[in-house]
Amino acid sequence: MTRTGLVVANLRRRRRRAVLTILGVAIAIFLFLTLRSVLTTLEDSGEVGSESRLIVRNSIGIVFPLPIGYRTRLLSLDGVEGVSWSNWFGGTYIEPRNFFAQLAIDAQTYLPLYPEFVMPEEQRRAFMGERTAALVGRGLAERFGWQLGQTITLRGTIYPGDWPFTIRAIYEPGRDRFPDNVMYFHFAYLEQAFGGAYSDEIGTFVLGLSDPTRAADIAAQIDALYENSAVPTKTETESAYQLGFVGLFGNIGFFLNTIGMAVVFAILLVAANTMAMSSRERVPEVAVMKMLGFGDRFIFSIVLAEAFLISLIGTALGLGGALLVFNLGRFDALGFVPGLAVAGRSVLLTLAIAAGLALASGLFPARRAARLNVIEALRHVA
Amino acid sequence: MALVQVRNVDKVFRRDSEEITVFKGLAIDIAEGEFLALMGPSGSGKTTLLNMLAGLDQPTTGSIEIAGENIAAMKRRRLAEWRATNVGFIFQLYNLIPVLTALQNVELPLLLTRLSRRERRERAVTALRIVGLEDRSDHFPRQLSGGQEQRTGIARAIVTDPRLILADEPTGDLDAKAAAEILDLLQRLNRDFGKTVIMVTHDPNAAERAGRTLHLEKGVLLEAVRS
Repeated sequence: MTRTGLVVANLRRRRRRAVLTILGVAIAIFLFLTLRSVLTTLEDSGEVGSESRLIVRNSIGIVFPLPIGYRTRLLSLDGVEGVSWSNWFGGTYIEPRNFFAQLAIDAQTYLPLYPEFVMPEEQRRAFMGERTAALVGRGLAERFGWQLGQTITLRGTIYPGDWPFTIRAIYEPGRDRFPDNVMYFHFAYLEQAFGGAYSDEIGTFVLGLSDPTRAADIAAQIDALYENSAVPTKTETESAYQLGFVGLFGNIGFFLNTIGMAVVFAILLVAANTMAMSSRERVPEVAVMKMLGFGDRFIFSIVLAEAFLISLIGTALGLGGALLVFNLGRFDALGFVPGLAVAGRSVLLTLAIAAGLALASGLFPARRAARLNVIEALRHVA
Repeated sequence: MALVQVRNVDKVFRRDSEEITVFKGLAIDIAEGEFLALMGPSGSGKTTLLNMLAGLDQPTTGSIEIAGENIAAMKRRRLAEWRATNVGFIFQLYNLIPVLTALQNVELPLLLTRLSRRERRERAVTALRIVGLEDRSDHFPRQLSGGQEQRTGIARAIVTDPRLILADEPTGDLDAKAAAEILDLLQRLNRDFGKTVIMVTHDPNAAERAGRTLHLEKGVLLEAVRS
């Protein structure tokens, strides 16, 4: 028999209620972490991109193309080391729900701008040497169980028809948060398929810079250059470009935070009610313990410890579940953001919430138990 | 010298503007090793006196000295510490903790001591052996009969080896056979272990087991009868 044993024994008093409360806390923590993970992942999505690369797009919107003819002018700008381009393909694999990011690229100029693509040299050569070849991220290959040499067929949504590709290379991300769930293929394949119909239009340009500190100046210079043209541009760093996707969701941070806090508050009420009920039921026992010589502080600590134990177990389950589902699972918002994961700062926030939950639900019952008038309480027993 | 010395104790309860005097100038001496029965009708002040002797309630005026310490002057925290080592309490309704086994219930007061886990367990087992419940140590209160629950309560009261045992109608909820066993046990604790026992009871048969019986009538010690 120990103090801890006493706390645990008290928890077993109403097993079903204790289990339900713990599950309630666990689910609330899981939901909170889910919302937080969406939020932090979106916040971190800027890290997908680089500050040393610029993205040039149509100023009207990302779905509108740019003339490929801009390439020569862009390449001539001071501070621009390389220019390439990509096109959003928007195909689905077998079923519409199997959607992921696919980009048609000019591989000769695109890959040198991205040292993040890490792959064996023979795979790189195999990809470069075949028009219908595809380069896929490790995560994407694992998601669908793809192997090198396998032919897959995508159904085009923007570019109609069935599009067969042969997987010739699988890349590993060369740095954290660089997406490994994207498929790249040759722009020339797209161009050829439509008999040159789309050959003078591309989605976005990507520019490699010799000096990233000049990014803002060069971006402003490019946009000024095309300000009065038929197709004006919007140029920003790749990081800012990625964060722009988050902006599409509106003030999602406020929305997610509000729901998260509402969930936590709801479970706080449940936990507080449970502790209050548990405390009320034990009035005679607390009186007996005081009669045996247990002091106010001991009683206070025992009741509060019970609230902490409920919160601790619930939080451990919720946090463990979230880590299991998100950090081991994969969710990538169709390739726009890196895989959904519970961030370290979310774990710290959750632990703080768990402690707050325990304090808020246990403090009042603990104080009441500690201040219990033994004679009054025993009169009820008798 | 008496173990318990109650001197000039007044006890007044206030309810709103009304004052209810329970004791006026109460004085009692209880010798160490004595078995005292307190009798009297409901409202006579038996339980109030017992509560004051346990340090749960304090007199309005006067002193209560137990083993030379005036507990009437002690602060709440000090009283709790004093109670843990000097008083064993036996309740009419046993008041065992339902989620603890008999052994754990008996061991509970020892959590307040510096004894090791093993020592606590050994002492609890010894206390259960004294009350004849060693073989029920793993049973929860709901698995025990009323008499067994009360014996567990007695084991809990003696596990800290207190000099004073206070019993509030310890047989009030038991049948005649179980009551007799409990009274036998209390007598044995008094006789063989030298414990000072103060027992509140309505039952004259129970009171007969005590060495001395005091009658309380409306807070006044009307009669003191030596058996």
